[in-house]
Amino acid sequence: MKLPDLTELALRNLRESLLRNSLTTVGISVGVASLVAMLSLGIGLQQLASRRLVKSGLFDTVVVTSRRDLRNFNRDDERNGAPAPAESRMLSEASRQEIERLPGVLEAYPDIRFATEMRFEDKPHLTMVSALPASAKSNDAFEGMQGTFFSSDTAAEAILQKSFAEELLGKTPRPGTDEVNVAQLAPPLLGKELTMRYAQREESLSPQPVPKPFDASANAFGSMGAAYSVVSRDQKLKIVGIADLDPESMRGPTRAKVFLPLKLAESLHVMQPTDLREISSAAGGQPVYSSLSVRVKNPSQVQTIEDAVKKMGFNTFSILDATRSLRQFFAVLDLFLGIFGSLALAVASIGIVNTLVMAILERRREIGIMKAIGASDGDVKKLFFAEAGAMGILGGIVGVALGWAIGQVINFATNIYLKRQALPPEHFWAVPWWLVVFAVLFAFLVSLVSGLYPAGRAARLDPVQALRYE
Amino acid sequence: MAASSLISQPNGSVAVRTENLQRHYAMGDSLIRAVNGLSIEIRSSEFVALLGTSGSGKSSVLNLIAGLDRPTSGSVTVHGKNLAQLSREELARYRRHSVGMVFQSFNLIATMTILENVELPLRFAEVERPQRAQQSREALERVGLGPRMNHRPSQLSGGEQQRTALARALINRPQLLLADEPTGNLDSRTGTEIMDLIREFNRQLGMTVIMVTHERTLAERYAQRMIFLADGELVEDRSNIPAAVPTPALQGGLP
Repeated sequence: MKLPDLTELALRNLRESLLRNSLTTVGISVGVASLVAMLSLGIGLQQLASRRLVKSGLFDTVVVTSRRDLRNFNRDDERNGAPAPAESRMLSEASRQEIERLPGVLEAYPDIRFATEMRFEDKPHLTMVSALPASAKSNDAFEGMQGTFFSSDTAAEAILQKSFAEELLGKTPRPGTDEVNVAQLAPPLLGKELTMRYAQREESLSPQPVPKPFDASANAFGSMGAAYSVVSRDQKLKIVGIADLDPESMRGPTRAKVFLPLKLAESLHVMQPTDLREISSAAGGQPVYSSLSVRVKNPSQVQTIEDAVKKMGFNTFSILDATRSLRQFFAVLDLFLGIFGSLALAVASIGIVNTLVMAILERRREIGIMKAIGASDGDVKKLFFAEAGAMGILGGIVGVALGWAIGQVINFATNIYLKRQALPPEHFWAVPWWLVVFAVLFAFLVSLVSGLYPAGRAARLDPVQALRYE
Repeated sequence: MAASSLISQPNGSVAVRTENLQRHYAMGDSLIRAVNGLSIEIRSSEFVALLGTSGSGKSSVLNLIAGLDRPTSGSVTVHGKNLAQLSREELARYRRHSVGMVFQSFNLIATMTILENVELPLRFAEVERPQRAQQSREALERVGLGPRMNHRPSQLSGGEQQRTALARALINRPQLLLADEPTGNLDSRTGTEIMDLIREFNRQLGMTVIMVTHERTLAERYAQRMIFLADGELVEDRSNIPAAVPTPALQGGLP
């Protein structure tokens, strides 16, 4: 029998026992809906997480550290027989230039990062400070920023992270309470002055007036010839911006709350933790950095550049490493959600088997007649397959619509909740087109498999007995 | 298709031959020999009545000839083809193209119109749609049901339903018409109408007719040969001169 005839007869048969077949199809729909709902939740959450990471602006950044550094992000390197930390290279100015010359690298700038005291309205606040290059202006992290970016790379200006701004205003939220909108923080802070107290490194040769001298040349390091003094200094900074997002979310506990222009920060010669090491080793008078931020032209090149830098003997870390485990997590999550979603479909497939077996009993005589007038076993089999398949496709389509609707409702309800919490709406429920196609195809396949046994049974029916059956 | 003569003569070639045909069923512990060593020969264009009481095995023989059932042993050969050697698929094709069947209970599919019922064998034969409709309409007109082709079987009388079944049996132009008590569910007047139609097919189209019946008078009136069965065995095989004149009322009734 040809496909159009088969389809026509199958649909006609489905219409004959409308209630029963509809109920079976509803069963498939519910199964598909649960599958679609589960998977779209998984996909939606993944997209949400990725979106958040993109906003963090570090998809195109690779952080390079020396293997000597205690902050080693890739513990695997140690196990895989990488050189012992003490023997590996220092992150000197020469290596910075070497990295900057790698193809695909936009810039490599030193991370200037130090903990220091900020005075605001005569109250001291201890915080982490880091320097940003002028290129950071285009960083997505500053999208929702109040105020402006640094007017120049040397300007005595500062951008505050939202949580530090809250601290300055004494508005630190307790956990569980509503978050403060960044726009409310801007008016009392923008344009105000902040005083940074910091330890300046000074070559002991330069005769500077020293308020509180600490003479490093007096101790054993002095013999290396790189002696210097540490001087306490004040720097006045104008608050120009307050960032809503955390531009350094991937740095964990060492992330900074106050940002300075890079050139300004460099000119201050702030004492850094690595300075001590610089003295202990012969770095040839070059500056040594604790870490470099490498900006890459295209996020797709991150892996290549990471590999190249690793070959040079440094540690690297990028958001790609973070998302790798994230993607792994979501793959497992999707798998579990998919399995739970499929359970309902499995139950529905038993419904198909049941319905078709019932149909065989009911239509026994009809099958006998069809065989008597020339239907082959294959014709009968195909007819039952077509009925199962039609229920599958129909149930699949209805189920996808149902799953989508469930997602919309939950999305809507959650966004009402988010709005009440004064949070921006989020779209964490996504039904991509491939999921629609996959779900319908999957339902079709499952129903065909369910039809396997009934169709085989119908095809094997003995026509003589079937015709005798009243 | 025009009638060459009023009374068709068996043209001598063998249509159906059974040789030591056996069909046994296990019914509980006992073995039922529904057909027990039957050897008969039916020539092309012959009108044969298979007679016997219920349980004599006459329907079993018909099912074996129809290819709906397979013999336990022995052989059924139809137009030189040994049905016992055909695969299931080949048997289906044989039923589709070489056999037309009519049953006592009509066996129409209730959910289809009679046009669709008649068309169904053509669907299995994968005939193109326009040709299918054309052929089915012609067949229904031939049995006098042209104006009612969009009715469902339940909307028709028993006689009309049996005519539909006849139209369906004809649709693939088979050489063999197998009828199992075709008038069993009909009153005598409609029964006569149906029998006249069958005789017409036999004479005008040269179809071989094998009719199972327990009504001896019916057989005597229409069949050229009567085969009596009892307990699955041949009891008597004799030729018969049927009442030759077709009922005039029917001829007027046909379009």
